Amino acid sequence: MKWPAMGYARVDSLDELWRALDAAGPEAQILAGGQSLLATLSFRLSEPSGLFDITRIAALRGVSVSGSTLRIGALTRHAELGSDPLVAAHAPLLAKAAPLIAHPAIRNRGTIGGSLALADPAAELPACVVALDATIVIASKGGERRVPAADFFQGLFSTDLQPGEIIAAVEVPVATAASRQTIVEVTRRSGDYAMAGLAAVLSVQANGQVETARLVYFGVGSGAEIAGGASAALVGRPLDDASIAAAQAALTDDLDPPGDLHGGPELKRHLARVLTGRALSSFLAPAEQAA
Amino acid sequence: MNRRIDITLTVNGERVSRSVDTRIHLIDFLRGELGLTGAHTACEHGVCGACTVRVDGDAVRGCLVLAASLDGAAVETIEGLSDSGEIRDLQEAFVARNAAQCGYCTPGMLVTAADILTQAPNASREEIREHISGNYCRCTGYQAIVDAVEDTLTARRTREAVR
Ligand SMILES: Cc1cc2nc3c(=O)[nH]c(=O)nc-3n(C[C@H](O)[C@H](O)[C@H](O)COP(=O)(O)OP(=O)(O)OC[C@H]3O[C@@H](n4cnc5c(N)ncnc54)[C@H](O)[C@@H]3O)c2cc1C
Repeated sequence: MKWPAMGYARVDSLDELWRALDAAGPEAQILAGGQSLLATLSFRLSEPSGLFDITRIAALRGVSVSGSTLRIGALTRHAELGSDPLVAAHAPLLAKAAPLIAHPAIRNRGTIGGSLALADPAAELPACVVALDATIVIASKGGERRVPAADFFQGLFSTDLQPGEIIAAVEVPVATAASRQTIVEVTRRSGDYAMAGLAAVLSVQANGQVETARLVYFGVGSGAEIAGGASAALVGRPLDDASIAAAQAALTDDLDPPGDLHGGPELKRHLARVLTGRALSSFLAPAEQAA
Repeated sequence: MNRRIDITLTVNGERVSRSVDTRIHLIDFLRGELGLTGAHTACEHGVCGACTVRVDGDAVRGCLVLAASLDGAAVETIEGLSDSGEIRDLQEAFVARNAAQCGYCTPGMLVTAADILTQAPNASREEIREHISGNYCRCTGYQAIVDAVEDTLTARRTREAVR
């Protein structure tokens, strides 16, 4: 369907955005890459009075490292996430996630801020930022506030963002020599949203013991689901077949997947177990990996 | 908020100024305002890839770009890519391999495949498939399209080696 009649304005700075949002009222929306918003307009799922295009706001761009924090501007496109050397060095999980999101032409425009604000339950990036224990930097007329990613997401397509607030950036603790990061998913077709997926971030000591673990599943619940039991099953143990099996067993209590177009809860549980095995075995030395 | 916006952009290297309705996407602008009918309107929600064109050098879904947002942009369509000769060999390979049947997906497929030629000159068949996975073709079964892209890559590598 064609888009509804609506206004459009490009804003060039945050100050201009705050003024524009004040004047426009709650029916106006922010437009970033447009790769979800404009598609939903085609379905007339929403009919905003107007769109404020934030893509030229310089303060929302760029990737930088300061101390032990990697800052990723909200306007960073998925394609940039996949090619940026700082992201590859300091948050390899995000670099690995980028090629799994949609298709090249969509990755050339879709942004991390848009993906996090949308909070699609099957999206890669919300799960990644939760697994990385990242912080969402939220900006508004009143200034900035910071929210841990795990608290930012509040269920199906819902977040802690209040009217008048936007995501300005994501701050990720930089990877250390001990961190192991990976993302795996199952899709019917390349580029589709995941039927089930897992973003896994572990810290493994030199003696092979798992120090911390965050296993975060997507496509199997109402959002990025932290599997507390499965994560705990790994901590304090060496990563091996036995601890991986323990994590897989713990998933039964961690996840309560709803059925969807792809299949029922049992299918999702099965996929989550399989993905857990794949992700964790990828951290084992090649000799230990099951053939 | 404005429901019409004045934009000036370049399309296939030519400067264009228009006043556009804010609710139209890039493809309706190209087809309706400029008469460039190469890029096709199909699913209009980003899934099929028939509307793939370039904006500022990047392949994008034309149906998910507001025309009003393009002030200052450089747009390239299949018409421009054909005229410049950039993908002449790829187009010839599409013909040789019968990679177009009804042809509806072909302009978007070519714009997408053009990226592979520059970004991944050594792409395997698997990688070619992955790269074009967002462009749907309901006729060919993709085999002939992958063949055409692979032939072009091989021929370009051979030419490069001879040089
Ligand atoms: C065919 C197709 C396949 C896709 N497949 C996948 C997939 O496999 N995985 C996946 O994760 N995504 C997928 N996507 C969605 C894509 O990743 C989007 O780019 C992303 O979800 C939204 O980012 P955007 O910049 O395009 O946001 P927009 O579409 O511009 O905005 C989305 C929402 O976020 C709000 N918003 C945007 N930026 C901000 C900000 N900085 N602060 C506050 N609010 C903001 C907007 O107001 C809007 O409500 C797919 C899209 C398409 C069309």
